[in-house]
Amino acid sequence: MLTVEHLHHAYIPEQVVTADITFDVRAGEIVSIVGPSGCGKTTLLKALAGLLKPTGGTIRFQGKVVQGVPDGLAIVFQEYGRSLLPWATVNGNIELPLRYQSITSDECRRRVAESLQAVDLSGSGERYPWQLSGGMQQRVAIARALAYQPKLLLMDEPFASVDAQTRADLEDLVATLRDRFGITMVLVTHDIDESVYLSDRVIVLSRSPSTVLAQVDIELPRPRDQIKTKAMQQFVEKRSEIAQMIRRPVDREAHY
Amino acid sequence: MSTEAIRLDRWDSRAFSVIQSFAVRYGLGIALIIVWEFAARKAGSIFFPPPSEILHRAATLWLSGKPQRLFLSDSVFQDVLPSIFRLLGGWALAVLIGIPFGILIGRSRNLSDLVNPSLQFLRAIPGPALIPIFIILLGTESTMRVTLIAFGSIWPILLNTIEATHTVDPVQLETARAFQIPRHARLWRIVLPAAMPKIFAGMRVSLALAVILMVVSELVASTSGIGYRIQNAQIMFLLTDMWCGIILLALIGYTLNLLFLKFERRVLAWHRGARGRTAT
Repeated sequence: MLTVEHLHHAYIPEQVVTADITFDVRAGEIVSIVGPSGCGKTTLLKALAGLLKPTGGTIRFQGKVVQGVPDGLAIVFQEYGRSLLPWATVNGNIELPLRYQSITSDECRRRVAESLQAVDLSGSGERYPWQLSGGMQQRVAIARALAYQPKLLLMDEPFASVDAQTRADLEDLVATLRDRFGITMVLVTHDIDESVYLSDRVIVLSRSPSTVLAQVDIELPRPRDQIKTKAMQQFVEKRSEIAQMIRRPVDREAHY
Repeated sequence: MSTEAIRLDRWDSRAFSVIQSFAVRYGLGIALIIVWEFAARKAGSIFFPPPSEILHRAATLWLSGKPQRLFLSDSVFQDVLPSIFRLLGGWALAVLIGIPFGILIGRSRNLSDLVNPSLQFLRAIPGPALIPIFIILLGTESTMRVTLIAFGSIWPILLNTIEATHTVDPVQLETARAFQIPRHARLWRIVLPAAMPKIFAGMRVSLALAVILMVVSELVASTSGIGYRIQNAQIMFLLTDMWCGIILLALIGYTLNLLFLKFERRVLAWHRGARGRTAT
């Protein structure tokens, strides 16, 4: 569904952020991208979204080379407070992208109602984002993406700005939505636990200029459970495997 | 205690709080007017008539008309309304030109680099200094005065709009791009609303400027208007009439600002709400 080949990007020529990144994402998968901070995770995600033109390599989405924002792609940013529009109601925020799709207004209303229901915010359509808690705002951002009915949902640190309990709830919500709607998801995170818990596969990036260190398949049974899954031997093993990969280059540098 | 008594009690305390807030808000103003009244009577100077006399004179000047014209006198139609129309006309022109051009310049880095020095230079010209050239180019009718008001009051609107559209949150714009919201819609639905709080701040400053420019424009080569009346009264030594004009200008400025604030509160309710939340 999504293939990335030899992706290379440098904002300025002497500072290469991503050196050579190659991976692909199959339809219906949840793939997490983890790596040390500053390794170009967000740059990679923006390139996937077509918001940024990489300096080298190609990205193909549904067989077509990505040049500009492709159809059927939605995004959820970490900063819900900045990506939701404060002057529009929750309904208005979810509806805005739909207005420019060729769908009827009935269909549009139906999608808004359904997506709000899917994130358990049915009663909040007329409220403004700033009247809601952080977790609720992020659910609105997820509902906006759902209503858009994307083939691929990109998420950039979507749960980094909420408290631990809300974070766990949102993780489970996202997993449920994937099972229900079959949306392919690519998630950028710095939280290794989260990446193992949510994903079918974790792509580990090296420090910048980054390359793919490893692709770790996660074969934990679904539906996953915050307590039971995280207590499984396999979960613990995968987590430390990834944690060591991310940490190792730092240790090496220290020995030089 | 009976419910009746409680209800009375509540009513009393509510009435008291209304009176209290009124006193806090307007107490000082009323006290100043009373002091002014007594001081003016005591001094007996013809230059400083007491407010009661000014009020009385103002009623004769402006509210002595026929009932079918709402008691408004000819002077209201000859001087006061034309002044207000010029003021609002000039300001409206400033708004209608300032906002679109502000957006255009604010959204284009090249254009903004190109025109910014010239704008800063033009802004430094005091509006009244242009009256002579405007008289030559546009004559001495309302056109000249409206143009002057528009020219002098456009700067806060234009510069605030440029600044505000220049600094729209990139996350909002990237989100909109990712959701394939077309360019024109991004302008209408994101750039403009995001810039609104700053644009409104500019509009309010420019409204106050428009009042000043209206008066100044009417002091020169004019035959009507509040400014003209004030100057005329001074020449003819009708000092109470002069004070009437000054007070009327203050009232107009005050009322316009109040109305504008009301309008702003309604349009930008979301902004007050959002800001209130992030501040706590």
